[in-house]
Amino acid sequence: MEGYISLLVRAIFVENMALAFFLGMCTFLALSKKVETAIGLGIAVVVVQSITVPVNNLLFNYVLKDGALAWAGFPEADLSFLGLLSYIGVIAAMVQILEMFLDKYVPALYNALGVFLPLITVNCAILGGSLFMVERDYTFAESTVYGIGSGIGWALAIMALAGIREKLKYSDVPKGLEGLGITFVTVGLMSLGFMSFSGVSL
Amino acid sequence: MSGETKKILLHPIFSNNPVALQILGVCSALAVTTSMEVTLVMCLALTTVTAFSNLFISMIRNHIPSSIRIIVQMTIIASLVIVVDQVLKAYAFGVSKQLSVFVGLIITNCIVMGRAEAFAMANPPGVSFLDGIGNGLGYSIVLIFVATIREIFGAGKFFGMTVMPLVNDGGWYVPNGMLLLPPSAFFLIAMFIWLLRNWKKDQQEAADFKALPQVNKEAV
Repeated sequence: MEGYISLLVRAIFVENMALAFFLGMCTFLALSKKVETAIGLGIAVVVVQSITVPVNNLLFNYVLKDGALAWAGFPEADLSFLGLLSYIGVIAAMVQILEMFLDKYVPALYNALGVFLPLITVNCAILGGSLFMVERDYTFAESTVYGIGSGIGWALAIMALAGIREKLKYSDVPKGLEGLGITFVTVGLMSLGFMSFSGVSL
Repeated sequence: MSGETKKILLHPIFSNNPVALQILGVCSALAVTTSMEVTLVMCLALTTVTAFSNLFISMIRNHIPSSIRIIVQMTIIASLVIVVDQVLKAYAFGVSKQLSVFVGLIITNCIVMGRAEAFAMANPPGVSFLDGIGNGLGYSIVLIFVATIREIFGAGKFFGMTVMPLVNDGGWYVPNGMLLLPPSAFFLIAMFIWLLRNWKKDQQEAADFKALPQVNKEAV
């Protein structure tokens, strides 16, 4: 149990997807102008991330891994080179299913998430989560915890940045650095702040 | 080379840079820039993938139903990335280990997807191919700028060769450790944007609020 808590804390703070690995940066920078949109996008990422990472884990362990197809009578098959294609397929399919499900049963949340749901397919934090899961050989339980943790970490980071940017628009920034430039500097400083978590271990 | 082709090829480098203006492909620009060797491999991989995905998507653009176009584009891009990944694993294993998941992440690199959607779906194959190369070069120039500064001032090396001997090895240069840490990439890209926008003034963004001019109280 302690192992899982430590993994969760590590996924949220120490190995923060946005501020330590710089994944999902495009949406992170482009959609952090308002706190409300940031919250919607953050929730969507947490939901999709905590579904796709465990599903991809099952896919990797029972279909793609070297010798994983032994249960179907192909003990020598090694399909791991198809990994990228399958993960992105799973992510695209999951996002599509989630979109239809929410539209039918939870229209309030569907309307709140709006255009951000399909955008999540091309968010590198989601694919990155699955790739890190494979690279680090997580078990099914670990990958569930990791999926939830990394999603929360990313959501936390984008909400914090949106909060800062809402205040920042009243400030007097040098010409040329306005907009994107100063956002990069802000994210850099936030990332330095998050580095102070790097010594933390439970 | 006619004026039009030249414009498509060279426009994305400074005038419409994918990283600095279109906010595309920022993720990998930050994470793979600690050494020049890794950076160059990454730039080459991305330029290849963008150029060929543009070419293939543009070839079949009239046959893709618009409702499933994202899945079709994703499949083409993912197949190209798998090829690049396998080639790197075969011929440059060390670099491929250092790049770790970032080769795979070219799939979700917004430059590839964004150019496929914005340019290749509406233009003939030859031009789209050039557009892919141009945007690849625009991405490369930002990465090379960042990587050069990070490697020279952070580690005193360039392409792994010692430029400025470090104090630890008996030389004179005290390295700037911060440049080896990930956040420095943000500051360097911000500087790149600042320089670029001072040169090309039309890219500057307008402020949301402007300070009122100072009123001299005694005069009132």
